[in-house]
Amino acid sequence: MKRGSKGTKSSLTKEKKGAGESVAQLLFTLCASCTILAVVAITVYLVGNGTPALFEAGIKEILFGTQWKPTAAQPEFGIFYVILTSLVGTIMAVILGVPIGVLTGIFMAEAANRKVSAMVKPAIELLAGIPSVIYGLLGVMILNPLMYKLELAVFKDSATHQFTGGANLLSAVLVLAIMILPTVINMSETAIRAVDPKLKSASMALGASHMETIFYVVVPAAKSGIIAGVVLGIGRALGEAMAITLVSGSSVNLPLPFNSVRFLTTAIVSEMGYASDLHRKVLFTIGLILFVFIMLINLFLERVVKRRGME
Amino acid sequence: MTKIKVEHLQLHFGNHHVLKDINIHIQKNGVTALIGPSGCGKSTFLKCLNRMNDLVDTVRLEGKIYIDGEDIYAPGVDTCVLRKKIGMVFQQPNPFPMSIYDNVAYGPRLHGVKDRKKLDELVEKSLRDAAIFEEVKDRLKKNALGLSGGQQQRLCIARALAVEPQVLLMDEPTSALDPISTLKIEELMEGLKQKYTVVIVTHNMQQAARISDDTAFFLNGEIIEFGSTETLFSQPVKKQTEDYITGRFG
Repeated sequence: MKRGSKGTKSSLTKEKKGAGESVAQLLFTLCASCTILAVVAITVYLVGNGTPALFEAGIKEILFGTQWKPTAAQPEFGIFYVILTSLVGTIMAVILGVPIGVLTGIFMAEAANRKVSAMVKPAIELLAGIPSVIYGLLGVMILNPLMYKLELAVFKDSATHQFTGGANLLSAVLVLAIMILPTVINMSETAIRAVDPKLKSASMALGASHMETIFYVVVPAAKSGIIAGVVLGIGRALGEAMAITLVSGSSVNLPLPFNSVRFLTTAIVSEMGYASDLHRKVLFTIGLILFVFIMLINLFLERVVKRRGME
Repeated sequence: MTKIKVEHLQLHFGNHHVLKDINIHIQKNGVTALIGPSGCGKSTFLKCLNRMNDLVDTVRLEGKIYIDGEDIYAPGVDTCVLRKKIGMVFQQPNPFPMSIYDNVAYGPRLHGVKDRKKLDELVEKSLRDAAIFEEVKDRLKKNALGLSGGQQQRLCIARALAVEPQVLLMDEPTSALDPISTLKIEELMEGLKQKYTVVIVTHNMQQAARISDDTAFFLNGEIIEFGSTETLFSQPVKKQTEDYITGRFG
């Protein structure tokens, strides 16, 4: 008895448990802070390193200049074509990839029988897991030769066209379109599977066919989830570097289908190795621009998801 | 006059024998109530009448169902055409996540009504017939999910009426609703049977007694007794019926 009475003991155990709680709490908070820290660090670092070039070389000269001669005696750092290439390339990839992706998602969720679904599903998962550089290799082996043949046919009599050997915007767009498929398919499929089956019964009971039900009721009900998938796909296409650096030819040009082009991402990848001084700073500016685009897309995505939560 | 004639109907879900030799004649312009304990097959039977059971993979069906003398399971019958003729209201209100107007106009649009004026008329008429027009007339363009449960259910009735069916199947339409909404829908039924043949599944025996002309008592996949509601509730022939309606089981 004496000092180690019942009261002390129970207060002791309580304290121990309390300590465990707060340690766990601290651990979780620390882990979560890492993420926030990373985001803050990236933002600060990119803004800090990306803006000086804008003042040194001139905002207008960089953003709207069309000449990219970073190593010339009189260097020029116009990245207008590069920005344009990223935007046009992404939009074209989305126009190609999204309908295929959304329709595949609908097919997987609604129309496919088990046998077909058992074959397509692993294929999609595999597609998502393949490293992007492999897509690039395949593009080099398959797409570029095809594109070169097409190029030879289209520009047979052209005196001005610079032949690219098939490494052009079209190749990059096709690779990007395939790369965004898994994201779009999976998000669409999940959104469609989440639609209340009661809505389908209601539609069928009104005399709608299966396809009418899918397109007039199920897809509209899954709209926000599908849009979220599309936006994620856009983000993926915009941020992709490895695959398209191999197939796009990588010279700065207007983004026309048969031109060899350079994207925001591929500009950084292909030049960072040897860039110095102002050239290097401009590459950081390019990174900053890409970052701003991705942020805008994420903001939009957040709004879409929020709207879905409210419905 | 007989609207629906069912002969020797047998239904299996996989190995499960759900409906056993169902024979019943359902009167035109009357309300027929199907009562019985949970799992007795009354909802499944209801879904045979518009072939909604077809959507279940493992379903197997024998016997004949005639509506206006036509075999609805005959080869070549288009279920879309059938379901246009045989409307259905579900247990849970299930409005589409779109405007009130679009909900009601969904069926007519599906079946080819494109004329704006005709659609407007149809929508208003259906909402009136479902006794909800006055409550929603100022917010037809608003999302239907903003309505209360009782209003949603009446909207679903309006949506079913808008395709101008001949038969209205109702699967426990008031079980998810409060007493006042229930009362409104029961009042509605009286008017509906002037134009439609109504078949309603209900768990609520007072409801069956109040609103129906004929009642069928289901138990374990069989119809134990079928007759005029008045007779069935006052002088049931079978012992099981009496036990059920007096609340001794179920």
